[in-house]
Amino acid sequence: MLNIADKSFTSRLFTGTGKFATSELMSQSIQASGSQLVTMAMKRVDVQDQDDDILAPLLKAGVNLLPNTSGARNAEEAIFAAQLAREALGTNWVKLEIHPDPKYLMPDPIETLKAAATLVEQGFVVLPYVHADPVLCKRLEDLGCAAVMPLGAPIGSNKGLRSRDFLEIIIEQARVPVVVDAGIGAPSDAALAMELGADAVLVNTAMAVAKDPVAMAKAFAQAVEAGRSAYLAGLGGQQQQAMASSPLTAFLDD
Amino acid sequence: MSFSELLAQYDSAEVHLAINSKSAADVERALAKDKLDLDDFQALISPAAEAYLEQMAQRSQRITQQRFGKNQQFYIPLYLSNMCSNVCEYCGFSMGNKIRRVTLDEQAIDAELEAIKQLGFDHILLVTGESERLTGMPYFRKVLPRVKARFNHVSMEVQPLEQAEYEELVSLGVDAVMVYQETYNRRRYAEVHHKGKKCDFDFRLATPERLGEAGIRKIGIGALIGLDEWRNDCFFAAAHLQYLERRYWQSKFSISFPRLRPCEGSFQPKSLMTDKQLVQLICAYRLFNHDVELSLSTRESEHFRNHAIPLGITSMSAFSSTQPGGYADTSSKALEQFEISDDRRPEEVAAAVRKAGYQVVWKDWDRVMG
Repeated sequence: MLNIADKSFTSRLFTGTGKFATSELMSQSIQASGSQLVTMAMKRVDVQDQDDDILAPLLKAGVNLLPNTSGARNAEEAIFAAQLAREALGTNWVKLEIHPDPKYLMPDPIETLKAAATLVEQGFVVLPYVHADPVLCKRLEDLGCAAVMPLGAPIGSNKGLRSRDFLEIIIEQARVPVVVDAGIGAPSDAALAMELGADAVLVNTAMAVAKDPVAMAKAFAQAVEAGRSAYLAGLGGQQQQAMASSPLTAFLDD
Repeated sequence: MSFSELLAQYDSAEVHLAINSKSAADVERALAKDKLDLDDFQALISPAAEAYLEQMAQRSQRITQQRFGKNQQFYIPLYLSNMCSNVCEYCGFSMGNKIRRVTLDEQAIDAELEAIKQLGFDHILLVTGESERLTGMPYFRKVLPRVKARFNHVSMEVQPLEQAEYEELVSLGVDAVMVYQETYNRRRYAEVHHKGKKCDFDFRLATPERLGEAGIRKIGIGALIGLDEWRNDCFFAAAHLQYLERRYWQSKFSISFPRLRPCEGSFQPKSLMTDKQLVQLICAYRLFNHDVELSLSTRESEHFRNHAIPLGITSMSAFSSTQPGGYADTSSKALEQFEISDDRRPEEVAAAVRKAGYQVVWKDWDRVMG
């Protein structure tokens, strides 16, 4: 069971809502993934419209909503978006995303830190999307963020865990859940993140742009479970050389 | 270095020759790369690349789906005025044309906004002719709060302004400004622009830079295809995009490719572009730049637009009226800037988008974020 703030999750696979061809496909994929936490961009959702293409199926499915501040270029805009989400959707959870760069959507560490401080103070459950920067993650944790969401690779790139070395440090040091977000392109990437000890992964593009998003969602669910089981089982360490059956120091036990 | 200085380093005839002498091997080299440079772009818009169209389309589709998903953004233009103080050979709003001139007042604007809202749009593109006297900042100061109160995303396509004026537009809620160079060929530009401030090639060329300095969220650029050799102009638009992206890294960019048709008025385009070549261009832009928004207007036919959906296009207008007041009052057709080719209602275009396996995105911005 994964606990973040006041909620418990049996699934460690979080999903997104962008890039799907239809809202039906989005719904079916989320369902197949078993995800209990689903992120959605406030800029895409029409909160006045009960039949909104993204919001309506999520409300019907009863999943936990994780509104995100995608599109915000600075702390001020992100705080506005979080407040809008809280007012409109009745949730104080927010995935804090601030990217002044619209091309690669690289998260801005300075503005993220600033916004996180304010939002935590205002009672939000803040899950910041950040670079795989171990120091920044510790800073955010110290501020009171409920989890950290470091990227595996540039968002939407499907390139996998390019930031693996830094993710390992973050996971080793973290006192809050670590959710690997962005870049996960294949179930094997998700399994690897879980084997490394990540608490959860968030996947969107790899499912949405798959030939069969529903089947891919299922594959991700299985991979996350397998990766978690392997982590709990304790992976054997890798060796460069074969271990001699008669080690040189065996005589000490004689 | 300004883009004007960069452009001055090119010789149009040499660019024309370079593009037209690209070989199959150049195209294949470009297709094998992930990050394309301007030389690769030349190869992809060259006659040699026509034989690789399907390969380009497949790749363009894949990249677009990965970066944008199976989504199509919808927007609608609102023509506020057809007053214009320029004389341009190719445009219906040209000062010399004897048409009834209209600038919408606040009451008429409200009627238009209401009619558009009823159609389901949330992204509106405000368009005017180029008349600083009637549609300058005092007019925009009155209009924009009314528009921003009803629409989350507001774009503008108006006469080029000064940087300080763009800064004010941003503070009034404008999210994007489109400004097309028409042609990047200075000599040809002078031939088709006869009178008015628009004759100033450099002022127009530097407009995206003023927009970037003003911190606008999105800048739309492009060439009016057909004014000069289309391959040259589209190459310079790509070079312009590359220049702007590196300098204004916090802005998004979009490219449009309005195509002149031989049948419109008495103006004869210098370079005609076939449907096949337009597809080649769309794919070339996508392969060159994975993240730029590519926009297709209702200038193109229903048939073309339906088939272009999965090729690399990310935003489309629908149900456009190019005459001021044309949404609330559909009776008169006398004031149009140009004749549109796809006059389907928004729900019909949306149905075609869905049929192609894509989702229509009506809202992709929220006022709270500036």
